[in-house]
Amino acid sequence: MIPAEFEYVAPSTVEEAVQALDRAGDDAKVLAGGQSLLPVLRMRMADPGLVVDLGGIPEARGVREDGDTLVIGAMTSHHEVMRSELVRGHAELVALATRTVADPQVRHRGTFGGSLAHADPAGDLPAPVLAMDAEMVVAGPSGRRTVPAAEFFVDYFTTALDSNEVLVEVRIPKYTGWRAHYEKFNRVAQAWSVVGVAATVLVRDGAVARARVGLTNMGATPVRAHGVERALVGSPPTEEAFRRAAVHATEGTQAGSDASAEADYREHLAEVLTGRALATACG
Amino acid sequence: MPRITVDVDGITCTDEVQPRTLLVQYLRDQLGKVGTVVGCDTSNCGACTVHMDGHSVKSCSVLAVQADGHEVTTVEALSQDGRLHPMQQAFHDNHALQCGFCTPGMIMQALDLLAENPEPDDEQIREGLEGNLCRCTGYQNIVRAVREASQRMRAGAGPAMEHSGETPAPRTSTEQTAQQRVAGGQS
Ligand code: FES
Ligand code: FES
Repeated sequence: MIPAEFEYVAPSTVEEAVQALDRAGDDAKVLAGGQSLLPVLRMRMADPGLVVDLGGIPEARGVREDGDTLVIGAMTSHHEVMRSELVRGHAELVALATRTVADPQVRHRGTFGGSLAHADPAGDLPAPVLAMDAEMVVAGPSGRRTVPAAEFFVDYFTTALDSNEVLVEVRIPKYTGWRAHYEKFNRVAQAWSVVGVAATVLVRDGAVARARVGLTNMGATPVRAHGVERALVGSPPTEEAFRRAAVHATEGTQAGSDASAEADYREHLAEVLTGRALATACG
Repeated sequence: MPRITVDVDGITCTDEVQPRTLLVQYLRDQLGKVGTVVGCDTSNCGACTVHMDGHSVKSCSVLAVQADGHEVTTVEALSQDGRLHPMQQAFHDNHALQCGFCTPGMIMQALDLLAENPEPDDEQIREGLEGNLCRCTGYQNIVRAVREASQRMRAGAGPAMEHSGETPAPRTSTEQTAQQRVAGGQS
């Protein structure tokens, strides 16, 4: 099928994009990489009057450093993120999770910010961003504001973004020297996570000094596994310690049941995959 | 209607398109480039894969207006003077297709894969083709074909192999469309 008719604008600044959205009220959709939006439009699951394409806004693209912070432009493609030396050096978890997104063609077009703003519970990038205490820089009619990742993901496919706001960039504190792994369980030829575990760990003097763990698809929004983090810190990085910590993986989760998995199976997966993610990160 | 200028297989095309026109529709219906096919509504199958600025994309998941000012290469640019591209020849030699519907996308994605990694092992070939579905072959011969093509292509893999040697000349698509539609046998 083909999309229903819509008006199209491709502004060249963030401010113009916000103005276009503000004028359109609830009748507009933001086009980032389009790898979720275009299938949705083709299947006529959405029928916006206006599509605002962020593809012509140079400011929103690219990776840079700002002191102790890594800044990833919302319109940076997955392909660029996973190959960026800066991301690999200071936020390896993001690079590793991005490598598992969909397939090469989708990673060429799909964007970091687009995935986050789409907020699919099965998407792979919200959990790492949450685990790493990132901040989202959001532009609206009255200027820019910063939203912590913990407040950005609100519900299924719902973020703190208003209909007249766009995500401009994501600021991630540098995790230089931390080990990381994204452990994902998915069906073949459909790369959406049934469950995913994002883990990054700082090992110092033979013990886990700090740990960050986030879960994909264990509820309407990504979940931070604080219990796992607490259980791990201070332990030596051993299989035994990982297993003991992983027991806490389901705390605070509200896994759903769907065609891919029942809730109790997801809970089982969360624990097993957490153990594997920690072991691989530290291995 | 928005006016776009796209370099398609070495020819500069300027056309008016509706905003909702998908790149694949533009290629097939407006330019007559029916070598690129549509296999699904959900961005899963990869049959519509073309290259945009040297990287593979699913042309059903890009709007034609998003291709404005960019360079698109389709499977139709690969053969030269009636000679198959080494990747096409390897598919032919290895019986890597049955119905052939997935083949244009498989070949374009396989070329992207080799541009990025000229000497992939079988595992890397399978991962590189994970966005392309084949309902006939069971993939074994496709993997074999890509492996063989990578050996044959070694030095010349990548975007350099894509162009058929035509000199890009500005021209509106309407001039060539009629002729190509006939050649393509469908619209
Ligand atoms: S037609 Fe199936 S992915 Fe494009
Ligand atoms: S040869 Fe028939 S789908 Fe691949």
